[in-house]
Amino acid sequence: MRYIPNSPEERKEMLEIVGLESADELFRSIPSDVLLNRKLNITEPLAEPEVIGAMESLAARNTAATKPSFLGAGVYSHYSPTIVDHLIQRSEFFTSYTPYQPEISQGTLQYIFEFQTLVCQLTGMDVANASMYDGSTAMAEAFLMAQRITRKDKVVIAETVHPEYLQVAETYTQHGGLTIDTVHFDKETGRILDEDLTKLDDQTAAFVVQSPNFFGCVEDLQKLADKAHSVGALFIVVVTEAISFGLLKSPGACGADIVVAEGQSFGIPMSFGGPHLGLFACSEKYVRQMPGRLAGVAYDKNGKRGFVLTLATREQHIRRDKATSNICTNQGLIALAATIYMEAMGKKGLQEVAMQNAQKAAYAKKQIAAISGFEIPFSSPTFNEFVVRAPKNANEILEKLRTDKNIIGGLPLSWHYDDFQNDFLVCVTETNTKKQIDNLVEGLKAVS
Amino acid sequence: MSIKKVTQHPSQNEELIFDRSQTGRVGYSLPKLDVEETNIDEIIPEELRRDDDLEGVPEVSEVDVIRHFTRISTWNYSIDLGMYPLGSCTMKYNSRLNEKTARIAGFTGLHPLAPEQEAQGALELIYNLQEDLAEITGLPGVSLQPAAGAQGEMTGVMLIRAFLDKRDGEAAKDRRVMLIPDSAHGTNPASAAMAGFSVKTIKSTDEGITDLEHLKTLCEQGGIAGLMLTNPNTVGIFEKNIVEICEVIHDAGGLVYMDGANMNALVGVARPGDFGVDVIHLNLHKTFSTPHGGGGPGCGPCCCTAELEPFLPTPRIVKDGEKYKLDYNRPESIGRVKAFYGNFGMMIRALSYIYTHGDTGLKEATETAVLNARYLSHKLAEDFDKPFASDPMHEVIFSHKKQSRKGVHTLDIAKRLIDYGFHPMTIYFPLIVEGAMLIEPTESVGRQDLDAFVEAMKDINEEAQTNPQLVIDAPHSTRIGRLDEATAARKPVLRWKPDMDSMTKTA
Repeated sequence: MRYIPNSPEERKEMLEIVGLESADELFRSIPSDVLLNRKLNITEPLAEPEVIGAMESLAARNTAATKPSFLGAGVYSHYSPTIVDHLIQRSEFFTSYTPYQPEISQGTLQYIFEFQTLVCQLTGMDVANASMYDGSTAMAEAFLMAQRITRKDKVVIAETVHPEYLQVAETYTQHGGLTIDTVHFDKETGRILDEDLTKLDDQTAAFVVQSPNFFGCVEDLQKLADKAHSVGALFIVVVTEAISFGLLKSPGACGADIVVAEGQSFGIPMSFGGPHLGLFACSEKYVRQMPGRLAGVAYDKNGKRGFVLTLATREQHIRRDKATSNICTNQGLIALAATIYMEAMGKKGLQEVAMQNAQKAAYAKKQIAAISGFEIPFSSPTFNEFVVRAPKNANEILEKLRTDKNIIGGLPLSWHYDDFQNDFLVCVTETNTKKQIDNLVEGLKAVS
Repeated sequence: MSIKKVTQHPSQNEELIFDRSQTGRVGYSLPKLDVEETNIDEIIPEELRRDDDLEGVPEVSEVDVIRHFTRISTWNYSIDLGMYPLGSCTMKYNSRLNEKTARIAGFTGLHPLAPEQEAQGALELIYNLQEDLAEITGLPGVSLQPAAGAQGEMTGVMLIRAFLDKRDGEAAKDRRVMLIPDSAHGTNPASAAMAGFSVKTIKSTDEGITDLEHLKTLCEQGGIAGLMLTNPNTVGIFEKNIVEICEVIHDAGGLVYMDGANMNALVGVARPGDFGVDVIHLNLHKTFSTPHGGGGPGCGPCCCTAELEPFLPTPRIVKDGEKYKLDYNRPESIGRVKAFYGNFGMMIRALSYIYTHGDTGLKEATETAVLNARYLSHKLAEDFDKPFASDPMHEVIFSHKKQSRKGVHTLDIAKRLIDYGFHPMTIYFPLIVEGAMLIEPTESVGRQDLDAFVEAMKDINEEAQTNPQLVIDAPHSTRIGRLDEATAARKPVLRWKPDMDSMTKTA
């Protein structure tokens, strides 16, 4: 086995030194009747070219990976500068562990500190943690945090938050005495239904809104923040498309108390849903209730500046069952990829890519709206995703588009919202060329 | 002759990126917009747009970014540089082959909501890994959805909760006690709390294993939902009474959750399912070598008995004839623990690891990992206090008892190891050993490196006895000395601001 340095002869010598005759004797403390005593029923060892061959033939059956696609819904296809994937493959980054020993982990600690800063700048918040597993679990953790801060047990959430995020929150909160109430959306605008805001009351720990919401509609966050605060609830903003930070008013500037986001758009491949990146930021006054790792400034005895993991008394290894979360580390290497992405793109790049997304989606929206029988059902402004209403069943149209035209045209809304059989969600990013958009439009004409 | 340190060396003094920023520098290139432009006010009205010009976000060139990260990377220790013997973390070699397979375009470019018939390769990969992990653990129900070990734990205890709630109905509310040994990792009680359990602590014996009599006493008090047990336990010793422990818990009406953090001691040799364990989580980033990446991403599969399988997170990845499918119709499921299907990129790496090792290689890795730990245990026993006499499995625990009387503590020994070119072991864990040093070499260390580590430890002991201050002041070789963590926590500075240095220095 080429990953094991010691040869069988060396191992034999070592066994002798520790006073054993065979490797089997290493396991004498395991009761003999529960030893496996047979080979595992898995493949025999494969050589390097065989492993590559096996993986390539699996990958080749993922035919969707190479097709023009207009899928979004929480996972986005974006350009990532070449240096992102190169830099994260440096041994010093990808083969190191959580920075428990700061003297030999300053590389990791410094990029976490830069990451925290960038997340604060983009979200408009005071503090951000070192990252969470993904946007969905970050939102669930925010629910628990709001419950701890307010000591209230009701969360009111917009129906237009990503359905899978809500499902995760339901799992996380099912044993903690938290109830979740849903606010419906306005079928004209695609935004939160004003009349439903009466569900917010003085028992509400938090009001949770996604913007751009699941339908791509940009919410009036300022107004919603005021509403939440008027009943003493925290205002939690969820963002699944981080590219939107480059163009839209930051949640912090609109009055958010906690912002959670999915950072996958920042240079991280879609990879069939993971690993992705949870961003988590909040107001300074809540930092001691925040879950997850935090890097902070520290000095050595010579006054040299460095960074350490800090405020650890919130965490499970010290607080055990009273901890702010059971989370043990952060999303390390993925947070590094996002940091490199944000820095390489920089101020101008983040603005330009956001603008291109908005422009290309606006172009596609106009072209599709002009197709006979098609309409855009929601009137609110959208960023890079929007809902299309087809003249007939959206599943059938998208299926025909896929088989006849080799285009994945979007996500049928019936995937989650039963009442919208003819609607589908289209996402257009900077990676979709004008030609692809025009082909989509021609394709929709042809199959409808 | 001593060598003078050149203190202005650029690679040792890389600033924060924000200090490098210069207006007008760019580090990216995008194709020109190829559609006709719409007035932005028509797309997003001004009141919904940012008006801060992304204040503070840096402007740097591609070369700036490359140098910045390359320089700061050299301040990190890494597995590729040398032995990284963090106990319970299993810092084994991360193969480049697995990095290559995880980057095949047919995987990285796949959207999770792509039509199932166009994602068959990914679903088959997940299914195959589920099958292999079921065989390795002896537990047939496998979900790869949990994102990391702590989430796998939470999933595991939630399965127990769901099972008990169904089996006992209303009476389940009187069965809310989770037993956890005093040696357990902090995530165990934190995860149990998330599933609504209260925690009772089981004592360890002088032998370093679970006190069976205390366990029985606690069970007699009633209300037992289950037990969370790491095996080999966190002092590296196999719980030899594991079969009886499982029986005691089952007789008390509870279920047994095993923390699989230490599975590197068992793969191919023994299976938790055969011990009587009901549910286990694995850490693909430990046992199956997916990179730790400076703290993540992980992947924490949950493996369980057929009895618990209906409660696993939704969707399940199933095989239907020749087709692989996502099965959302699981009415008894605890629900979803993460959007989509888990950290798929880590699954590719883990399956590549399993394929490369195969049946014989996995066992060989286990044997070598245990032998390496046993070798260190043998070689260091004279110089360092070994609190438990039992033979260790894949990791071995020592204490600072022989050094602390000279004023040298575990932290000092750890810092001095850095000067000798090694990453320190896990320190002060588990809590049941005062001044604990938990050493896990893994199979990825050759004999020369093990011997060099032994020499370093022996030298440090010698220094502790004869010149303790040298050890207490360590490290001496690093770019930065020991950092004042107490002040950092009292006056936290958690982000860069233009006046940051002046603020913190006067603070």
